[in-house]
Amino acid sequence: MMELLKFEFPGHRAPLRPMRGSAFAGVVNSGSLEVLIESVDLGGRCQVEVKTSANGFRSTWDAVLEDFFARNRFADIKVSINDFGATPAVVSLRLDQAAAEIMEMGAK
Amino acid sequence: MNVEYALDKICPGGYQIKKDNLVISGHGVCKGQTFAIIGTIDHAAIGIEVAFDLAAAVLEVIQRFPQRPILLMVDTQGQRLTHRDELLANHAYLAHLAKCLELARCRGHRVVSLVYGEAVSGGFFATGMMAERAYALPNAQIRVMALQAMTRVTKISLEQLDELCKTSAIFGPGITNFVRLGIIEDIWQGDLENCLDRALRLPADYDNRAELGCERGGREWAAKVAFRIRMSAEKV
Amino acid sequence: MNLADWRKRDSFYEASARRRILGLLDQNSFQELLGPAERITSPHLEQLGFPVSFDDGVVIGSGLLNGKKVLIAAQESGFMGGAVGEVHGAKITGLLQLALISHVTAVLLVLDTGGVRLHEANAGLVAISEILHAAFRAREAGIPILVLIGGNNGCYGGMGIFARCCDYIIMSEEGRLSVAGPEVIETAGGVEEFDSRDRALVWRTMGGKHRYLLGEADRLVVDDIKAFREVAIELIQKPKPLTLESILQEHQRLGERLVAYGECKDALDIWKKIGIPEFDAIPLMDNDAFHSIVKPYLPREGTEEET
Repeated sequence: MMELLKFEFPGHRAPLRPMRGSAFAGVVNSGSLEVLIESVDLGGRCQVEVKTSANGFRSTWDAVLEDFFARNRFADIKVSINDFGATPAVVSLRLDQAAAEIMEMGAK
Repeated sequence: MNVEYALDKICPGGYQIKKDNLVISGHGVCKGQTFAIIGTIDHAAIGIEVAFDLAAAVLEVIQRFPQRPILLMVDTQGQRLTHRDELLANHAYLAHLAKCLELARCRGHRVVSLVYGEAVSGGFFATGMMAERAYALPNAQIRVMALQAMTRVTKISLEQLDELCKTSAIFGPGITNFVRLGIIEDIWQGDLENCLDRALRLPADYDNRAELGCERGGREWAAKVAFRIRMSAEKV
Repeated sequence: MNLADWRKRDSFYEASARRRILGLLDQNSFQELLGPAERITSPHLEQLGFPVSFDDGVVIGSGLLNGKKVLIAAQESGFMGGAVGEVHGAKITGLLQLALISHVTAVLLVLDTGGVRLHEANAGLVAISEILHAAFRAREAGIPILVLIGGNNGCYGGMGIFARCCDYIIMSEEGRLSVAGPEVIETAGGVEEFDSRDRALVWRTMGGKHRYLLGEADRLVVDDIKAFREVAIELIQKPKPLTLESILQEHQRLGERLVAYGECKDALDIWKKIGIPEFDAIPLMDNDAFHSIVKPYLPREGTEEET
């Protein structure tokens, strides 16, 4: 069964404005995930919603996401994830890909 | 159910069919109107030869009997599963049959199908599902795949699949499921000649199965999603 | 082919659905419809407790192909084996219906699928049938539909039948096209009937080269998105409406095939019968060598004339 996890993070105090309304990365196959990032008015905060097939890993997600928001100057960002058992490394990779896309930075 | 038993009820006025292996072809009379009969018997496994012969029967009607309605009698266990059929491209023979039926419809032939036995995946897809409207007798069974095979591919347990068959119209071979999903227009019972006559009087329409499935509550999203896309015309 | 050439290739096989679309269409011309932000997911997978995808595994939209307006759909290989469920199928059906009302030049379908999504069983089966009916309407209106096959799942099941109902099929050697898959045949008839783990057998029977030699694929290209693009640019200009004449010709061809190759036990027997020299080396030939060797033996009508 799928587990739904929700997180909220304080946004960055001096955030960068995203270049696009939304960005997307990844494919939901076994061992992988897809990440949708959207620019949404959340009063300066960030929200994350994770639907995952691997139950009981809330603290791992917390750590990965905390790290993600520490490395990126985001505020008013919603992250939605469909996960099919990806490792933290793969999760970080897809988060970074989607982040780069919404900021329109980085190589293709 | 054998095909003569069904045809006796559909055309009490008489009919004539010839059987060539698993394929039947001929004609019958329904309330004074002659219609072509094309179909399969004995839970036919549809391989390249059967598909080709069915296509030939459709082409004969197109060429010799302009505008004559066609009743497809469907009883199939699905596509024939052999190396040879795939080697010679069974998908092409099944597609050719589908195209012949499409051509018939484009040229003004009414095409109606009746599942009188069973109808399985590719075999049903290229025959009964090519009709304007598909009908079924009350005891007919339609399926995509046997449950044992499904459990292996989907990793859903046999117990759970059995349970789903009882509760969800998406699973389960019962005809009422297929009516609810909009795949089968209606079940024929009672006066079958009347049923055919009524079917032939309905306007020849575009494919309305998604709307039917939505109205009947079995399949809500197909019609809605397609509708949303059609509404994007100005974005294109 | 040397390492430098191989590196320059933009592999169709490896690419995601979006990457394939972006590589096929003119730069910056793709506009996605019902993209991930719309969250059109599968309610059935949700109910079963399976992971969903925000685009339900198929990317659709519009764009330009060499300046001409086209609609395009590409199945995502990695999600549920590219298989067709209710929502996934409705996206493609809707796209084909949209083609009718938006006067596009053509529809491109990048198919990478095992067929019906069994998790959605009956709904998946009718979804493919609805795609087929919508495609016939588009073809009737003179809009050609091109199918591009070259991904990991091949094109199987009802989608294999559907593909063959479209105007053109462009395949790479890596692609496979059939209705019943190797595992299904082996389950039904035993390993003697079909050893699904014999990859060479699978490709000889269902792969791009054999399909091309049989006349089942219109073009065979290298595994490079640009190669698919070039052929598509040419073929969207040449719709092939279904007429009694064209169907009778096809009927003739299919009948002749039964007679000519009905006794053949393997693709090698067929290739030998066609008369191709070095027929047993066909699986090893690279694309250029393959085409130059087989060309004299494959008269093709329509787009590829014999010189």
